Amino acid sequence: MAKYDCVIIGAGMSGLAAGIRLSMYNKKVVILERHTITGGLNSYYSRGKRKFDVGLHALTNFVDPTERGRPFNKLMKQLRIPYDDFKLHPQNYSVIQFPDKKIKFTNDIDFLTEEIRLNFPHEIDGFMSLLNQMQQVNEVDLSNELIMAREVVRNYLKDESLIEVLFCPLLIYGSAWENDMDFSQFVIMFKSIFIEGFSRPAGGVRTIIDLLLKRFEECGGELRFKSEVTKIIAIDQKIKAVEINGEQIIECDNILSSMGLPETLSVLEENNHSKTKPLPRVGNLSFTESIVITDKLPRDLGIDATIIFYNNRPNYLYQKPSTLIDSQSAVVCFPNNFLYGNTPSDYTEGVMRVTNIANYDLWNDQLLFSKENYKDQKINVFNQSLQILKNVGLGSNGKSFEVLFKDVFTPTTIKRYTGHFGGTVYGSIDKSRNGQTDINGLYICGTDQGFLGIVGSMLSGISMANLHILSSSL
Amino acid sequence: MLTNEEVRSKVLDIIADIALDDDVTGIKDEVALREQLDLDSMDFLDIVMELKKRHKIEVPQEDYTRLASMQSCVEYLAPKFNA
Repeated sequence: MAKYDCVIIGAGMSGLAAGIRLSMYNKKVVILERHTITGGLNSYYSRGKRKFDVGLHALTNFVDPTERGRPFNKLMKQLRIPYDDFKLHPQNYSVIQFPDKKIKFTNDIDFLTEEIRLNFPHEIDGFMSLLNQMQQVNEVDLSNELIMAREVVRNYLKDESLIEVLFCPLLIYGSAWENDMDFSQFVIMFKSIFIEGFSRPAGGVRTIIDLLLKRFEECGGELRFKSEVTKIIAIDQKIKAVEINGEQIIECDNILSSMGLPETLSVLEENNHSKTKPLPRVGNLSFTESIVITDKLPRDLGIDATIIFYNNRPNYLYQKPSTLIDSQSAVVCFPNNFLYGNTPSDYTEGVMRVTNIANYDLWNDQLLFSKENYKDQKINVFNQSLQILKNVGLGSNGKSFEVLFKDVFTPTTIKRYTGHFGGTVYGSIDKSRNGQTDINGLYICGTDQGFLGIVGSMLSGISMANLHILSSSL
Repeated sequence: MLTNEEVRSKVLDIIADIALDDDVTGIKDEVALREQLDLDSMDFLDIVMELKKRHKIEVPQEDYTRLASMQSCVEYLAPKFNA
């Protein structure tokens, strides 16, 4: 069999985007996917007639199509997918709900600025200079050094309660670190969430994945399902081949791996590991999500917000809990509450998604102990989700509702479907920002390269393919 | 033998595909492409790669500046199309 220019590990957003770029320029490329469906961390499933998204709550980086040079426009151009094909519907508004404060934000940063002027008048000047400072930063520069964000933000803001409020959505929508994040990532998240904002493609995450798949096929790319990479083979620190499913060998010059940095190095043949370097660390953060389908729409039950970042403590704890889940904070997403305009929404029933920070080890223990226990704990999580929905205002107008369907996924579900050690969603705390490893021809893209969110993951695939494979062959 | 007009049209095809949300019909030949369209360095890299893919034309890195405007593109690329 002919040798591949590049093997891409994983058919998630970053792998598909990289695959499109490479096959567009006639590279011989194959994407290897462990599972039978694409999407990776952002995927979907069906139960009966109902379709569900996994991962994606919202697409960040919403831009008006006429605005230029923003990440989303950039990546669509690189993939040659017209903007309109994504059929994006913007959010209504979102809320950061703390015990004593509710801060609203929309896809217009001026709205948030006004909220801060009202709720934190003493900090408005600091907030404005933080905004200005962030405009000067090139957050996607691959040579940026690691600096922790809280330290930088404290130069502008003194009120810790405002810092907690601002960090809350940014941490839970993308940080692999506990309670803090790299400043470049903070700026990426701040711009993508507070300045550009949330939207949802009609049809959810499937629409994005289908567009990427179609484009990849048009370009002549090859995709193999049920192909788990069991070994990465290198000779003299140079990539030679991969082994799939413990048997078949596929020869290649380069590998772009989206499976995670520790996960990638764990399948690298032993003699290639640097003896002196410690292995990248596995992140601590995993999640549960309850999916609640109701007979009434959230709007008719008193909620018209799109996403609510709920926190029931004075400060926000973004860390591995010592219990199965942290029920005192959550992100609650109401997909019905994007602005669909005249297009009918694909959801006719009420859909609510409640995401909690969870402890992978404890969930794994439950599963090992007994399946029955594990199931009981899932029911517990579901009941706590109903309480959280109530706390954020569901039924506050006195209307009651009926649950038509429920499902809960846990950190062990995430581990099973993504292969991420520890069921992490945002990967390792050790990133490879420029995508390089010690092995010539082995590059990292996706979560552990470090661009965040769905837009970030596609940008990661594109920029790693450009930098390491396409530019070098010109 | 391609005329300058034909070379221009081939370059325009490439640019239209890369800047797919921009209207390329009104491009002024003597004005820098960057000033008229939403193109960054990644997109210029794409112009170079498309030239190689579609027309087997190689543009070495030191010549990238020759692709700045439509006029300079045609001047620089016409001999290569006709080589």
